[in-house]
Amino acid sequence: MSNSAEKKVIAKVINLEHVYPVAKGSEGIHALKHVNLEFYEQEITAIIGQNGSGKTTLSKHFNGLLRPTSGQVIINGRDVAKRRVSEMAKEVGYVFQNPNYQLFCATVREEIRFGLKNLKLKESEIKEKTVEILDEFGLRSIAGKQPVSLGMGTKKVVALASVCAMDPEILFLDEPTTGQDQRGKTRLGNLALQMKEAGRTIMIISHDMEFVARYADRVVVMTKGEVIMDGTPEEVFSNEEVMERAMIKPPQTYAIANHIRDKDDSFPCVRLDADLTAKLLTEKGLLK
Amino acid sequence: MAETVLEFKNVTWRYEGTPKKGRNALEDVSLSVKKGEYVGIIGANDAGKSTLCRLCNGLIPNSFNGDLSGDVFVNGRNIKDIPTAQLAGEVGSVFADPEAQLSQISVFDELAFGPSNLEVPREEIIKRMEETMDIMGIRAFRDRSPFSLSGGEQQKVAIASVMTMTPEILVLDEPTSNLDPIGTESVFMIIDELNKKEGMTIILVEHEIELMAQFVDRFIVLDEGQVILDGTPEEVFSHRDVFEKIGIFVPTVTEIASIADKKYGSWDGSKYPITLNEMLDKIDERL
Repeated sequence: MSNSAEKKVIAKVINLEHVYPVAKGSEGIHALKHVNLEFYEQEITAIIGQNGSGKTTLSKHFNGLLRPTSGQVIINGRDVAKRRVSEMAKEVGYVFQNPNYQLFCATVREEIRFGLKNLKLKESEIKEKTVEILDEFGLRSIAGKQPVSLGMGTKKVVALASVCAMDPEILFLDEPTTGQDQRGKTRLGNLALQMKEAGRTIMIISHDMEFVARYADRVVVMTKGEVIMDGTPEEVFSNEEVMERAMIKPPQTYAIANHIRDKDDSFPCVRLDADLTAKLLTEKGLLK
Repeated sequence: MAETVLEFKNVTWRYEGTPKKGRNALEDVSLSVKKGEYVGIIGANDAGKSTLCRLCNGLIPNSFNGDLSGDVFVNGRNIKDIPTAQLAGEVGSVFADPEAQLSQISVFDELAFGPSNLEVPREEIIKRMEETMDIMGIRAFRDRSPFSLSGGEQQKVAIASVMTMTPEILVLDEPTSNLDPIGTESVFMIIDELNKKEGMTIILVEHEIELMAQFVDRFIVLDEGQVILDGTPEEVFSHRDVFEKIGIFVPTVTEIASIADKKYGSWDGSKYPITLNEMLDKIDERL
């Protein structure tokens, strides 16, 4: 990791193992096997892998919803397993994949206010912060609506806004882009970038490789409870063996680069977007 | 020329409770779909995609309150004149959250549920269930609880439970949005097979535009309740400016070609690719 030397470590996962118990006498499901990772301030890390690879199990150790079978998760120098879940909620914000698990208030506005009230802010501060968040997330026009009446994409924005309102140091986003259109994805990505600039540590669990390629500084690849790669998006998406093991299709830009590199290894392994890909293809004379 | 199975004539719909300044969910939509067509519906959130689906299967106006003008015809009959239960047998519906759709204690019962409600004779139900389990590749789950299955498997069961009602039209509203890439691809393969082998008419709402581009015959693009583009994938993606304006992506390979053409002057004048393989074939000519 090029920039890890200067950056402060916020969270550390040490030899983390998690076994879900099943019926008596059988062995249990080994969801995490000796995972070691460090997460830094001002960093967006994407965690990718198929369903059942251990991504969500890993994330639930950060707020104490799950306790390790063995190993530790250390946040700001303190062992999460020794702390209360309610205490962790202020440090680690968690936005669930399914917003229905998270939203329960009568209005969108109440949903935002809920977390702020728990932070024991003054009413005037709560009001001010609520208006600010409603504007920032483009929710002002629906502030009085019932969350259950909204579409899936909008519900997800509400869930994210209610967590961001509490301004947690670590933010976990579980599949944030499902049901989002381009505007929604761009808004989400920009919010993640803003939070990163403000010094936050952001973890994104996602199947959306275009989104990961665009916004993540770092990509952790998991299969069967293990981390099989940890690197920059360009390192990860150009490693065809890892992509195949994790059964992941890289974004089209990287798929093009990988295809060319099979025959011409001088094609550079760099961070790609559509514009740079078009430029490189032009320089190689592959289009005309 | 194949017959028309679905037709919207100047359809406008406004949900009850829409604020005065708010717009209609659909505004003067006219379109027709032929038997066996595979139609992808795309658009930003709140463009009217789900509303369009609800009009195909009669949930609007039967289960939602609001004002409808214009007419929707399924197989030549106005949906206002078809009882909801009967319409469910003609237009099968699949939604984003399979758990919300599944209700029975086993996959077997799930498949029997729809046709039983339509009072299909027992022998016929069993025959359809056997066929459907093979087509969908879900025989192994026959006796399992739908809730013990993975998201991708659940969605296949949800589609199968609709299939046993032998609908001619299948309407899917974001069927893969809760699935992982493997689940998503398997659902896309199944839908394609139902279209190609069984000749079913497919109306598919999705955000996975790159994946859709590989399969659909036709895209309908909605914006603010109106149809703004309607044509083959090549035709609609050639209007890149429109996509930019309404805020949805064209496939990355199409964008790369367009940038190469307009910014770097390095496109040879051929049609822009819309799938990864078309782009790779193009590159291979010179690699």
